[in-house]
Amino acid sequence: MALPPPDPQFVLRGTGAAIHTLHFSCGSQEPAVPVLFSGSENGFIHVWNLKTHRVDTALDGHGRKSVYCLETMGGKDQLLSQGRDQRICLWDLAEGRTAVTDSVCTENVGFCRCSLLKVAQGRWLMAMAAKALEEVQVLELPSKTSVCTLKPEVGAKLGMPMCLKLWQPSCGSQPLLLAGYEDGSVVLWNLSMGKALSQLVCHQEPVMSLDFDSEKAKGISGSSEKVLSIWSLNEQQNLQVYKTHKLVNAGISDITIRPDKKILATAGWDHRIRIFGWKNLKPLAVLDYHTATVHAVSFSDHKIPSERLLAAGSKDHRISIWSIYTQT
Amino acid sequence: VCFTPGGLDCSISFVSHVLGKVCVHGRQKEILSVLVPRLTDLTKSDCIWQRICWRLVECVPDRWMEAVVLGFVQRAPGADVLSRLLGNLVVKNKKAQFVATQKMLLLQYGHTTAVLQNLLGYLALDSLRRALLIKVLKELLETWGSSSAVKHSPPEQQQYISKAILICLSHLKEPEIESCRQELLTSMMEGVKCHLDSNLPQIRRLGMIVAESISSKINTDGPVLKFQYEEDDEARELKSLLVQTPPFCVVPGPPDDENDKADAALPGELESNKKSHPAAPVKPEEESDAELDSDDDLIPYDMSEDKELKTKAPVYIRDCIEVLTGSEDVGKWEATVKALESVVRKNPAATREVSVELAKIVLHLEEKTCIEGFVELRQRAQVAILTTDPIPVAKYLTSQFYSLNYSLRQRVDILDVLVLAAQELSYPKSHGKTKHSDAQKPRIQLLPGSDSSKDWRRIVDERIKSKTRRFATGRSQVECASGPNEFNSVAGHFFFPLIQHFDRPLTTFDLLGEDHFVLGRLVHALAILMYLAVNTVAVTAMGKALLEFVWALRFHTDSYVRQGLLSCISSVLLSVPAERLLEDVTEELLEAQSWLGDVVEKDPDGDCRRLALQNLLLMENLQKKLKTGPS
Repeated sequence: MALPPPDPQFVLRGTGAAIHTLHFSCGSQEPAVPVLFSGSENGFIHVWNLKTHRVDTALDGHGRKSVYCLETMGGKDQLLSQGRDQRICLWDLAEGRTAVTDSVCTENVGFCRCSLLKVAQGRWLMAMAAKALEEVQVLELPSKTSVCTLKPEVGAKLGMPMCLKLWQPSCGSQPLLLAGYEDGSVVLWNLSMGKALSQLVCHQEPVMSLDFDSEKAKGISGSSEKVLSIWSLNEQQNLQVYKTHKLVNAGISDITIRPDKKILATAGWDHRIRIFGWKNLKPLAVLDYHTATVHAVSFSDHKIPSERLLAAGSKDHRISIWSIYTQT
Repeated sequence: VCFTPGGLDCSISFVSHVLGKVCVHGRQKEILSVLVPRLTDLTKSDCIWQRICWRLVECVPDRWMEAVVLGFVQRAPGADVLSRLLGNLVVKNKKAQFVATQKMLLLQYGHTTAVLQNLLGYLALDSLRRALLIKVLKELLETWGSSSAVKHSPPEQQQYISKAILICLSHLKEPEIESCRQELLTSMMEGVKCHLDSNLPQIRRLGMIVAESISSKINTDGPVLKFQYEEDDEARELKSLLVQTPPFCVVPGPPDDENDKADAALPGELESNKKSHPAAPVKPEEESDAELDSDDDLIPYDMSEDKELKTKAPVYIRDCIEVLTGSEDVGKWEATVKALESVVRKNPAATREVSVELAKIVLHLEEKTCIEGFVELRQRAQVAILTTDPIPVAKYLTSQFYSLNYSLRQRVDILDVLVLAAQELSYPKSHGKTKHSDAQKPRIQLLPGSDSSKDWRRIVDERIKSKTRRFATGRSQVECASGPNEFNSVAGHFFFPLIQHFDRPLTTFDLLGEDHFVLGRLVHALAILMYLAVNTVAVTAMGKALLEFVWALRFHTDSYVRQGLLSCISSVLLSVPAERLLEDVTEELLEAQSWLGDVVEKDPDGDCRRLALQNLLLMENLQKKLKTGPS
């Protein structure tokens, strides 16, 4: 007899606007407080204290334009935020400061979240959608120098890039980029040569979100249709479809795989969060709490497994925090 | 009859006379069934025999020429054989030309497609005769394009002419098409207009197919005319006439080519299949390995609540009205449209309060989003509203039928809704209620008594039952539920307003003029309403009014309207009780009878004639029944 799905452990209220992005930073040692960053449609970034469940700080750096991507760069003192004001801002939050130290002007009016990858101590690569609609630009941070610009070939008709993921193969070679496009295909790019290595049509509709497991060389993408597509990368760097999973309702806004690669979570347009096992995509749970589209899901990076959390931010202005499958 | 070859001069004219005389007396079949195959064999390779054959037919006197030519065309197994047998007879002989190009094509229409193929193929085979082919095509197109011909000639003749046109087109070569391209185009445009104007779907389809074929022939590059119509066997047969199958001697060639092409096509297909397959095999192999690994330590939760997300439909009538008139929420609007019929039926009292308003909203409901079966949903909702509150809503709908600024589609919808609602009202209610009451009868269960003294009664009863013989078990069938005829009180409200204003034209709606399609639908609807009014009180008055209506419209040129008028008469004869017919409606009946006799003899449309005949039989039966009296 299966148990009914769990309730959220707690719910964070008070953003006053739809939440578009979430990011945990809980890895630091005591006495540092575990925090959750949330970006809202009203342009504010809220820093939630996960012990008191209250907002510690509210950051206003995007001119009241929606913030749709948040990443931390090594700890919770350095934050990167991307907003609809066509800017990517770098924040310094140490010792209670709330200052924007640097910003990058993307000149891109889309919704594509940027992707961050640490390549060396103090150096990151960031992939973002560029000014020209079909292109992706990769910058090195903090120097802001352009590493390469990835242009699809003429006549490819991929549309806008919708989601990006930078990753480094475990064998230590050059970083690669996976990009999901408007026409439903996922492309693997080689950054050093600026060329596409493989292209796979995964969906009939735009790819809304994707995530990739570099150890197993397997990834998953979600779209505005009812199908989740799981694909793998073989030794020749070719993408192949591995499996598809049909959902009950159409529309996925976000997918994320837990850092321990055991489970993954999807945020649905049908107000539900679905949990699957990553190995075989076995459906594990459907968390039905929100009353509007869930825009973002994120797993925490707690060092102690039993403390791990899942956060989901929705259009109904609430962030639900769940503790699920923490025993494994 | 056997001729010896070898340089002898023979006189064939005697044979021609015999042949002609026999044919004219109606013995074509007997003589030609022997003669034609023999001549076919003889003329196959021998030029002299061909000449002899030509002389034979040329010498037939004019007065018998028609029979002979007709016989040959019907008997010949193919156009090339006909060409060998007749030669250039049609060019040399005026009578033969008349028969082949005018009589068989334009004045008769009973010949089979094979005969047409023979005739037209024959005309196409020789350069001297090709001029005739073009002339024939032009005349056929003229007939096809004339609006009076489309209106007044029987559908069978129109089909025959269309077939002939298609076969002619298939024989035409490029330079010939070039020379008469303009004429083809003009006649096609005129013809298409007349055909599409017709009310009979068969005629419209014929027009569409022929126009498409002409267009494809004259516009070899660039866009061609394309219509949407139902593809059934008849359409496919017509279209196949456009492509000429090569004569038998050439057949061995093409199949070889075709086989080669087919073989070449197959490897290409296999290759492309192979390419798309690699995606699939990856999964099964890996799956068998991975199944043993456990994800099983993660126990799934209960996911039975995970269902499709549905917007809730409103439950109250006034909520429905609100959503349909104002709401911007498209999901809710869709849900309301889908649920409207059931809400109306579940809340009859509430519906009656707002019936006319709701009817107005639904009549004007436009498709906001793409819902499957929107038209049907709207129609069912309207029927539900009409049956719940018949009189005011019928008054509203019939008044709107004759109002300004409605589309033809909406007017026809009003008619359909009235008919469907009438049907529902005039049928007895379903058995649901009676069954329900049965189920509620308390079942008395006899508790097994431990006391044997109570059992004795039961045992005795059973013994008596088993020993008694029963002669009749009496009524064991469930009696059909009966209830008052709901259509009775409202039949007049449905019927009379529709009949009232048919001859008053409005600026946008003229039943007797252009909108004869709606008139046809109106007449058919009136016939159905009449039929459903059987056993109502108003039926005699309705019958009288309907027969007067029919009398006023009896000379209408559109055959669909006439068919409707004839079914009106049938409905009157079937619905109005015979005694009432004879007493109150006698004059109208007699007038109708004389008209029916006229239709049976002179109407060009086969269906009309058949319906009129059935009506006359019905009348006769009625008279007989009344004479013999109630049995």
